[in-house]
Amino acid sequence: MSAAPAAALLQPSPEYAIDTKKLNLWYGTFQALYDVDLRIRQGMITSMIGPSGCGKSTYLRSVNRINERLGYVRIEGSIDVMGQNIYDPGVELIQVRKQVGMVFQRPNPLPISIRDNILFSHRLHAKGGGDVHQGTPDEIVEESLRTVLLWDKVKDRLKRKATELSLEEQQKLCIARLLPVKPKLLLMDEPCSALDPKGTEAVEELLWELRGQYTILIVTHNMAQARRASEECIFMLMGKVVEHAPTEEMFVTPTHQETADYIEGRFG
Amino acid sequence: MANSTTAPGAATAAAFDRRDFDWYVDKAVQAIVFVCGISAIIFVLGIFVFVTKEGLGFIVNHMNFHEFFLTPYWSPSDADDPEYGILALMAGTASVTGLAMLVAIPFSLGAAIYIAEFASGKTRETLKVLVELLAAIPSVVWGFIGLVIMNPLIIKWFDVPVGLCVLNAGIILGLMAAPIMTSIAEDALKAVPDRYREAAEAMGATRWQVTYKVVLPAAKNGLLGGVLLGVGRGFGETMAVLMATGHAVNIPNSIFDSVRALTATIAAELGETVVGGEHYQALFTIGILLFLVTFVVNLSADLIVRGIRKG
Repeated sequence: MSAAPAAALLQPSPEYAIDTKKLNLWYGTFQALYDVDLRIRQGMITSMIGPSGCGKSTYLRSVNRINERLGYVRIEGSIDVMGQNIYDPGVELIQVRKQVGMVFQRPNPLPISIRDNILFSHRLHAKGGGDVHQGTPDEIVEESLRTVLLWDKVKDRLKRKATELSLEEQQKLCIARLLPVKPKLLLMDEPCSALDPKGTEAVEELLWELRGQYTILIVTHNMAQARRASEECIFMLMGKVVEHAPTEEMFVTPTHQETADYIEGRFG
Repeated sequence: MANSTTAPGAATAAAFDRRDFDWYVDKAVQAIVFVCGISAIIFVLGIFVFVTKEGLGFIVNHMNFHEFFLTPYWSPSDADDPEYGILALMAGTASVTGLAMLVAIPFSLGAAIYIAEFASGKTRETLKVLVELLAAIPSVVWGFIGLVIMNPLIIKWFDVPVGLCVLNAGIILGLMAAPIMTSIAEDALKAVPDRYREAAEAMGATRWQVTYKVVLPAAKNGLLGGVLLGVGRGFGETMAVLMATGHAVNIPNSIFDSVRALTATIAAELGETVVGGEHYQALFTIGILLFLVTFVVNLSADLIVRGIRKG
């Protein structure tokens, strides 16, 4: 498949949005991921659970290569996103990050206006002639904010600083600003951990709305959230994937003892 | 049995007003640091009062505002008709400081961006130490460089008769101010939370786009404050300016003209004056002016850095 990445791209819709093979990752001398093989189905919400330090965030962060900011990260293996290995030497980071949007644990809107936040990514990628939303800036802002159910709340204060919004609104904005560049994948690293229960519910509802249109991979500490808001679930432990199954199945009949122990709260 | 149960109770009751050695140490330290803390204020006020007292006689008795601020003739040692116009001196200070900022701002901003946003690991640490070392070079050494190295170079390159001029002093002063401005600008860039950079990079922004579109706007108050502190530094600098300007009372027409700065005038003439005389008092009046200007510049820099004034 690596011989013909172009052909792979031509496939109308590969069944798997992410296909990870033998992924090993080191932070300096510490190995954080061991032989991770994961296939994430397209158009679904897949959640990742596991105790702190199990490697779930590390995996997530290597899917848009934001891990590499740290400088002391070494990676072996491959991650195919929509059929193409993003760790191929010829791959441009900027294109990967356009296709693979990321939402962080702590809402991180840029300290500019709401409107400029929405258009930030679009302005970066529209110049290069990439496949982005073709509307006028006003249309893009309205549509993106409507998608995340934020338009009615902020339409009168688009020029205000995004950092003045409530945390829940900030997090929705952080999702909305990814949409104008038409990403294939949305990665979310504990997107609700800074939110109160109402905000959490609102963001979960939003994820359900976006389902199908985007493939969503969400890391969570909250087992109930994984159960409510995802279709497939991955359990990781000590840098290894222990179990990957449809969510209902995993929570009702886990096949591994560790999974059962973790789900029932016996450790973690 | 009875003793052992009552004794601790009695001891506890008695302990409430017990003051041990640490209590006295604490009080003593508080008193000492309080004195140290307010002494800064006392010294500043004391200096201001002293300078004002020395200069006030001139302002009240001799000064003609029009002559002082708007004429360029400074000849205080003329026995018959001494003239006290500081327009040329102000022009000298302003032209040298202005040119110095033109040199220092791009330099220090570029250096700060490189150190804070692009360099990593050893390079960054080495550069930071070097910048701090540069800031510690005494101003007389800079003046010496201006006199001995820059002067002949300017004469040779630009074919002018004298190399001690606005250009020379501006470059020297710019290089002097750059390290401090670099340090402050770097602090301002470092103060921008890393999650903004991460957010922008995760959306596919390049390093430069992150710097230009996110970090610089977020740090603009701190950067502006750094520039103003540089201006304050340039304004108050004496020795290097005295050595590199040529020290000629003159309103400059080009950057190759010699000028004289307000500070250099005080430094050069104060030793020759009669204490309490008119000339002496006039120099202190210049001192008051310098004090007020640097005070305002530094205060506004401070306010801007703290973000009290948005903009």
